[in-house]
Amino acid sequence: MRKIIIADDEHKILMSLEYSFKKNGYDVYIARDGTEVLDFLKTMVPDVILLDIMMPNLDGYSTLEAMKEDERMEDTKVIFLSAKNNPKDIEKGLKMGADAYVTKPYSIKKLMQQIEEMFG
Amino acid sequence: MSSLALFAVVLVYLALLFLVAHLAEKKRSKRWVNNPYIYALSLAVYCTAWTYYGSIGVAATSGLNYLPIYIGPIMIIPAWIYINTRIVRISRINKISSLADFISLRYGNSRSFSAIITVVCLLAIVPYIGLQIKAISETFHLVTETSISNNILTDNATFVVILIALFSSYYGTRYVDASEKRLGIISAIALESFLKLFFIIILGIFVIYFVFDGFSDIYEKASKFEDFKEKNTFKGIEDAMNWMVLCMISATAICILPRQFHTAIIENRQEKHIKTAIWFFPLYLLIFTVFIFPIAWGGRLIFDGEKVNPEFYSILIPQHFDNTLITVFVFLGGLSSCISMIIISAITLSIMLSNNLIIPYGLLGKFKSDNEIQNTRNITNIRKFSIFALIIMAFVFYKFFILKTSLDSVGLISFVVIAQLAPSFFGAIFWRRGSYKGAVAGLLAGLAICYFGLIIPQYYFSYNQEFKGVVREIYDVFGFFNISFLSRIPEIFFWSTLVNTSLFTIISVSVKGNYRERNFAELYVDIDKHILNHENAFVWRGTAYVSDIKNILERFLGKKKTEQALRIFNLKYNIDSKTETADSRFIKFSENLLAGRIGTASAKILIEGVTKEDKISLKEVLNILEESKENITLNKKLTEQSEELQKLSNDLRKANENLIVKDRQKDDFLDSVAHELRTPITAIRSAGEILADDDDIPTDIKQEFLNNIITESDRLSEIINDILYLDKLEHGEIALNIKENNILETYKKALNPLLHLIQQKNIHLSEVNLLNQTVFEYDEARMIQLFQNILGNALKFTDDQGTIQTKLAEKADHLIITIFNTGQHIPEEDLEMIFDKFYQSKNQNILKPTGSGLGLAISKKIVQAHSGNIKAENSGLGVTFTISIPYSITKNEVEQNQ
Repeated sequence: MRKIIIADDEHKILMSLEYSFKKNGYDVYIARDGTEVLDFLKTMVPDVILLDIMMPNLDGYSTLEAMKEDERMEDTKVIFLSAKNNPKDIEKGLKMGADAYVTKPYSIKKLMQQIEEMFG
Repeated sequence: MSSLALFAVVLVYLALLFLVAHLAEKKRSKRWVNNPYIYALSLAVYCTAWTYYGSIGVAATSGLNYLPIYIGPIMIIPAWIYINTRIVRISRINKISSLADFISLRYGNSRSFSAIITVVCLLAIVPYIGLQIKAISETFHLVTETSISNNILTDNATFVVILIALFSSYYGTRYVDASEKRLGIISAIALESFLKLFFIIILGIFVIYFVFDGFSDIYEKASKFEDFKEKNTFKGIEDAMNWMVLCMISATAICILPRQFHTAIIENRQEKHIKTAIWFFPLYLLIFTVFIFPIAWGGRLIFDGEKVNPEFYSILIPQHFDNTLITVFVFLGGLSSCISMIIISAITLSIMLSNNLIIPYGLLGKFKSDNEIQNTRNITNIRKFSIFALIIMAFVFYKFFILKTSLDSVGLISFVVIAQLAPSFFGAIFWRRGSYKGAVAGLLAGLAICYFGLIIPQYYFSYNQEFKGVVREIYDVFGFFNISFLSRIPEIFFWSTLVNTSLFTIISVSVKGNYRERNFAELYVDIDKHILNHENAFVWRGTAYVSDIKNILERFLGKKKTEQALRIFNLKYNIDSKTETADSRFIKFSENLLAGRIGTASAKILIEGVTKEDKISLKEVLNILEESKENITLNKKLTEQSEELQKLSNDLRKANENLIVKDRQKDDFLDSVAHELRTPITAIRSAGEILADDDDIPTDIKQEFLNNIITESDRLSEIINDILYLDKLEHGEIALNIKENNILETYKKALNPLLHLIQQKNIHLSEVNLLNQTVFEYDEARMIQLFQNILGNALKFTDDQGTIQTKLAEKADHLIITIFNTGQHIPEEDLEMIFDKFYQSKNQNILKPTGSGLGLAISKKIVQAHSGNIKAENSGLGVTFTISIPYSITKNEVEQNQ
């Protein structure tokens, strides 16, 4: 079973993502901001992380940066999930090493497909 | 005190002056040298031995007549802000270095007129310098209790005078350009002015409080003298008239005395210094005057019946009480008065003597040498020689003519002689028609009257008594002119200035003037119009070559300085450096360059030597001047227009920059609004997608997703409403409904809907009411919104079990509401910006804000619409928002917001 961490501070967005991924057989972990993501990473290595960019305490960019230093995370797919749809922001996210950048609002179905394709 | 000891004191004192002069020259730019008080103090060179000693004598022997020499200047000095400002400007642009230059340049720059003025100044001032030497000598002997020696070589005064002459010639001729500022000398003079006032204050206090028992004690005792009342009151119209004329004499003297002209005009470094001088100098004179009365009458009380010279009461009193220290102080004060007068007078007279007599009438040919260094040396040597010659002349005068006369009469005669320059002097700055012929005729007639009326009786009679009878008979013929209610000096002043002014006026208006003097008349009277391009206002037509004039300039300025000056000139008037022929502007420019060194008259003669001037009629000159005036007006208009354009373009640039900033702010705002809107849309879309695709979704979860769609839709519309509302507030489209309301009730109304949320988070809520009244004027609906926004904000940031406290108070006609919460501190740099929606969007593009970020912006707009203000501060454990709203909201504001 693939492990996925979903990081977003919007309760209602988390709800639908959690429901959909669970239904598709993922082991889902919910984080409210970047620090909670890093807490999870101390004890586990997820297959996918969905990261919002604007979050309280630790934002998405910084979270990814911190993760990159951990060798265990080499195979983990990181997808930014943000309402910031500025080309500059997208470029920045991809340059930092994210595997994909999906803008809000998105289709959960398509998002799911995209992830499936990543694992071939 | 022994002669040797006193001489040593004098030497130390002179050494101090040398030191001050030396330091001032070295530190020319320093604040302590270049300040208005040094300038104002240097004007007090006016107070000479005559004021220092003489007026005490006058107060004791002839009463109130000591006052005019102080009152006259005090009366006219306020007018300096107008008169002297103009003279300073005229002198600066024409490189004027003396009184003779100033007057003669105006009347056509005539060599003869400047020579006559120089002679008048010599006649008036040399005896006056003699007077100072007399005072030094007499007080020296008085302090040392020795008798005056007839042998010049054993008279100590001789040595003091030689030292002064050395000092003046060294520091007075340091610059070959006479219009340069002599900081060393001026600083030394200012120090002396300070010291003489200081010493007379010490003496005054000594007499009033140590010799007598206060001012009233002196007055009481002195009033027992039979003549006290008579001397301290006016004897009817007669005394008052004399007194008034004496005031006029002094008022004229303070403007025209060569030494005053020099300190006030030539040594003026900044026009604004005059502003300080016009109150400082009268104050100085007033303080001086205060002590004259008690010293004079104290002296009479002490020495009543004894044969002593009342002019020296100031030395005799401390000496009588064996107080050597104060005696020496007073002597040094007197010495200061004399020295500063001798130095400045000698310097100014030497400049006049060299520039207006010796050089133009004798030595101009000598300057044919091409060697600038040699010429410079010659000029300074002539001035050094002049200074020595003048002081020796004064010394001789003292020894032969004024040994027996009082200080007072010599001083006043000098004033009356100098006053003969008044009509042409004041005419120069106020009257265009005044002419050379009128000025010279008036001056000579006035001088003749002074000579026969004052000088012969004063000096000749006192020197040779035998002729007295014969000359007296001749004088009786003129008995017709006697004015019974005026004494001798006021009478001669009256007749001489009357005749002088009348001749000046009548001849000037009836004889056709010379074109050159009319040219300078325009330059002098309309100085403010010509100050920037004065060379343009100089009318000259003829043939002249730049190279010829350049040759002359090089002889005096040297090659380097001449090249530099020409470069500046060409740059100023945009002239090609290869131009061969000189125009009128170049002629005036070159004359100015030479004027400081050899005087305006000699400069003109030298330039005339290499140019060929065409005759111009007076009518033509007036036409040219008129044209030049029109040009100036046109120029001014053009400059104004270009300045306006410049301003307009600056405004446009600023507006453009502003627009760019506004545009970026708008982009940021839209960006942030879009971001804000996408969040609920995402939630709605996701929920919708799940509901649409998933058929076997459990009912309770389905219900939850449907609820999400509803609440997020509400959130979406709330954000849209907020944005629209803020926009309306910003554009003043929402009318305020200002009424009297109870603020406590309004607060309750705002709080009620939030209460259950507060209870949920277990927040401790409290209110502090410090109000004396509860009814205020405001729009209740807006106020409820304001409270809810701030409280809602507090609620979001306050942790569970935290505190929110609201305080209501009054302060200086304002209702003050503070709402404190124990939430996290706001970063200091954001405190002011949190009310700004645009700022938020810029700084919160990474860290997620809680809430839409529009609540505080709306709150601020509401407070502003009520003419109040709102601010946030970090205080102790949390954050405090303070709202201040005035009792009465100005109608204007309300209307504006409508």
